[in-house]
Amino acid sequence: MSSGGAGSAKPERGKAMSHRRGMNDRYAPVWMHLVAVVVILVFLAPFAWLAIASVTAPSDLLRRPLRWWPQHLDLSRWVNIFTGDANTPAGGFRSAMVNSAIVAAGTVALSVAVAVLGAYAVSRLRFRGRGITVLGFLSTYMIPPIAIVIPLYLILVQIGLLDNRLGLILVYSSFITPFVLWTLTNFFDALPREIDEAATIDGAGRMRILWQVLLPLAKPGLFSAILFATMLCWDEFLYALIFTSTPASKTIPVAVAEFSGKFATDFGLLSAGGLLAAIPPVVVALVFQRYVTAGLAAGGVKG
Amino acid sequence: MGHVTDSTAPATQSRTGSPANADPPHGPAGPRTSSSSSYSKRFRRTYGTSRRSGGLAALLLLPAAVVVFGLVTYPVLRTVWLSFNRVLSPMPTAPSEFVGFKNFINAFTDSDLIAATGHTIYFTLVSTAAEIVLGVLLGQLMAQKLRFRWLLRAAILLPWALPTVVSASMWRYLLNADYGPINALLTQLGIIGSYRSWLGTPTSAMNMIIIADVWKNTSIAAFFVLAGLAVIPNELREAASVDGAGAVRRFFSITLPLLRPVIMVVLVLRTIEAFKVFDIVYVMTRGGPSNGTQTVAVYAYQTAFSNQNFGYGSAIALLIVVVVLLLAVAYIRMLSTGGTADGGR
Amino acid sequence: MSEFVSQLNRRRFLLGAAGFGAAGLLAACSSGGTGTGGTGTSSTGSTGAGATSGGGSDLSGTITGLFMKQAGYSEDHINQMAASFTKLHPNVKVNTEFVAYEALHDKIVAAAPAGTYDLVFIDVIWPAEFATKGLIADITSRIPANWKTDVLQGALDSALYQGKFYGLPWLLDAKFFYYNKNLLTKAGVDPASVTTWDGVATAAKAIKDKAGVKYPLVWSWAQAEAVICDWALMTASFGGKLFDEKGQPAFTEGGAVQALEFMRKSIVDGITNPSSTQSLEDDVVKVFGAGDAAMGLNWSYMFAAANDPKQSTVAGQAVVTEVPNGGAGRISVNGSSALSITATSKNQDVAWEFAKYVSSLEVQTKYISDALPIWKSAYDDPAVIKTAPEFVPVAKKQFNDMTNRPQVVAYNAVSQKLQVAVQKALLGTVSPQQAMNDVKPDVEKLLAQ
Repeated sequence: MSSGGAGSAKPERGKAMSHRRGMNDRYAPVWMHLVAVVVILVFLAPFAWLAIASVTAPSDLLRRPLRWWPQHLDLSRWVNIFTGDANTPAGGFRSAMVNSAIVAAGTVALSVAVAVLGAYAVSRLRFRGRGITVLGFLSTYMIPPIAIVIPLYLILVQIGLLDNRLGLILVYSSFITPFVLWTLTNFFDALPREIDEAATIDGAGRMRILWQVLLPLAKPGLFSAILFATMLCWDEFLYALIFTSTPASKTIPVAVAEFSGKFATDFGLLSAGGLLAAIPPVVVALVFQRYVTAGLAAGGVKG
Repeated sequence: MGHVTDSTAPATQSRTGSPANADPPHGPAGPRTSSSSSYSKRFRRTYGTSRRSGGLAALLLLPAAVVVFGLVTYPVLRTVWLSFNRVLSPMPTAPSEFVGFKNFINAFTDSDLIAATGHTIYFTLVSTAAEIVLGVLLGQLMAQKLRFRWLLRAAILLPWALPTVVSASMWRYLLNADYGPINALLTQLGIIGSYRSWLGTPTSAMNMIIIADVWKNTSIAAFFVLAGLAVIPNELREAASVDGAGAVRRFFSITLPLLRPVIMVVLVLRTIEAFKVFDIVYVMTRGGPSNGTQTVAVYAYQTAFSNQNFGYGSAIALLIVVVVLLLAVAYIRMLSTGGTADGGR
Repeated sequence: MSEFVSQLNRRRFLLGAAGFGAAGLLAACSSGGTGTGGTGTSSTGSTGAGATSGGGSDLSGTITGLFMKQAGYSEDHINQMAASFTKLHPNVKVNTEFVAYEALHDKIVAAAPAGTYDLVFIDVIWPAEFATKGLIADITSRIPANWKTDVLQGALDSALYQGKFYGLPWLLDAKFFYYNKNLLTKAGVDPASVTTWDGVATAAKAIKDKAGVKYPLVWSWAQAEAVICDWALMTASFGGKLFDEKGQPAFTEGGAVQALEFMRKSIVDGITNPSSTQSLEDDVVKVFGAGDAAMGLNWSYMFAAANDPKQSTVAGQAVVTEVPNGGAGRISVNGSSALSITATSKNQDVAWEFAKYVSSLEVQTKYISDALPIWKSAYDDPAVIKTAPEFVPVAKKQFNDMTNRPQVVAYNAVSQKLQVAVQKALLGTVSPQQAMNDVKPDVEKLLAQ
């Protein structure tokens, strides 16, 4: 790890940064770097162990004292996850990844599409009961799933969407839309009305203003809303547990919960699954990180 | 809601004022100033009369309303109905008996629920406090000019990317009393003499759940703080440092007050989530040992599902909604007032 | 592939352990006369009595069954059973779904109003609850008379509530006592001494001192049904009862308290692994399989798991016996399961025929690698005994000596209260007697509901 001090390794970059940061152009002191190293180790250590455990034979994981490096490589969990039959827990994880991805993408697409329109209305139009409308939407976000899971099950059966990804998308959208709507409203609120007014003078209609002016400006908000919504979908457990029962729609949390039942828990399989589950959101998050940090600030500071 | 606070205004200005700023501006113009207000009035007269926008607003909100309420309205009404009845079977034909507010009244004398509420409050307070303190520290660290900052940010982001069920399963394994790597590590380093049963006693189990929760959710707090720091004008801190304020004083007198709105957001978002905590407990301990980690959401689940006491379970669930809603309203209030106080220079 | 194999091995408690090839067994079974059509149960003579549809070809419809993952019959085998049933009845379609035990109860409850499933796998503790709440159908009139004599009582109990059948017995299980013979030998303990609970305690101390096993005993005493299973069987073997004949609490005195005192004392004496209060059945398999415990209670599946070299370092050392005696006998706890026809099923006839088929002696013998049959006659069948000579005779005796957990409507709620009370005693928060006294009013209140 490189130490602090004026950047000898990458002077160009340091220079570029100094333009942006004004006076604050020097690297942080050495001790700060050491702290950062410790933090990185603490956060990454569990993942490092997951990686090791995922290639260690089951009986080696049950050794005392534990050996921190596998005696011989056991790639069976990875092989099974990628090639196993869909009926096995490992093979089922593969379809769970696909299901989770489709459900998250579908939910986010649907929620964002309807929430953009709604957020525009709440932010830009004056109408009676505006505050209560937002709160009304938000309250569905606050209902614990346990409260409504049984009647919801009945409805899903009646519309033929039980154990079905579309069914999950509709259910998830019902509580993720309010969240996105609320977030986007805050971001739209942060954009001064003068923008709309200027565009109106130019002859743009409301929808054109929304699509071509406001939305591009609210990009950070939009991306952070997308990221948060994706994580909410990725994370959801109880609805998925009750509403899905075959590889056709089981999601990652359900599949992982089945890795650790009362009769059998394979630590290695759990580890491999955990690692895989973290990859998609991290990729999404890193891609959008720049927007997200900016977006969080704008959304966060507003009420 | 929608009450525009001034606290971002200087930040927005300073960011857009910086020529090399690569981030897209989220507020290209300054705050709403009085100079443009006459124009605004005309604008609102043209577009903003309540009658004309009302119809359009309804039209624009309709798709969202369909998506949100289309599926859940009946279930919610059913839950409300259930909460006033004694219902012991999920079957639609099952007998029900109207009991008025009895379910709600019982909730206030149910010793198990009271204990569960105590655990939930403990969990909420400790985990949220820890996440905020650590989040502020890590956010500060991430904002530093470090040589491998991307790695730091990626590392801090990772736990957040794990679904709660996965991270809870992972922690259950890491903390395993017989083969958990944490026991192995601490023993081999000589920190503990022998393997411990971390999830084997009520207090210890609750604290371990909190650690698992903090590990996962500090990320969110840290990134919120990082974002908050990004909009604090450097000029303010620099001015203070010219005045000779030490780093610690600078942090407490300048940075922290300006971070207040962001901290408030994290505080309330995390509080709401923590109060509803279910997955992590369900996976790590199922409420045990001896109910020491049972939370209100887990209790509601057991009451409604395992015990099929649907009326009472629904009542508890509704009480959770009420508490969470109150927290949310308080959050919005605090945000508006807090924001104005900070922003009103 | 190897993961898949080890999944199978978890279930294959007979073959995996005894080292017999599957092919040999299957050959032995099919010679018993399964292979061909007709209604599968003919050789047990059950067809004549209860069949609603004589031939079978007139049977038609689609049914969906909800089964359990991880233990008992494997997913592949259940699907094979469904396929061969469809061969017998071409107009029938059988869909199968599988969930982990933990999700099973809640899934059945959530699905009940919608009628998603025609057939559901139920635990022995659920008939009272599901029957009273109208989730599962009373099929007493369909049960052939000879079942009451030909099927082991423990299996029948898994479907019985107040004298009526709410399902077909399918999976027979009990907790067995396992010990590591090498560790016993190392400590100079005579295996004959671990046939009583006192003997177990004495042996454990010797093993701790002489064999270097820090905690010779490990149990599944987490806050879950598992702790009630262990406590219930010890209560019975100490001559006590959890509930009296009238269904009222009897756990504040006698064997129930003695059992709890024994359990607590084993922790205090340092012979029980303190992690037991957070352990489930699988943790017991792991600790025992790693050689870190010398003795423990578990379901039949542990026999294969502990003797499977892929997941156990003590393969070949695990011996299975009946549960030790506490004075009243070597009594285990009934852990059987049944297949219930849901009250909302529109194809109850098909569901019945399918359930009857999969619980028939032929099918159960064919898939004996997964589970032991419910039929008494199987335990005297040399072909069956040959599959696991160390296990089948033990199972035969133990399956005749099991206690049932109480058949009460609010069983889950009662069990949760008892789990907490038992754990309080185990953790030493209160004395065993006090814990039982404290929880009694709560349980009485639940029973009165």
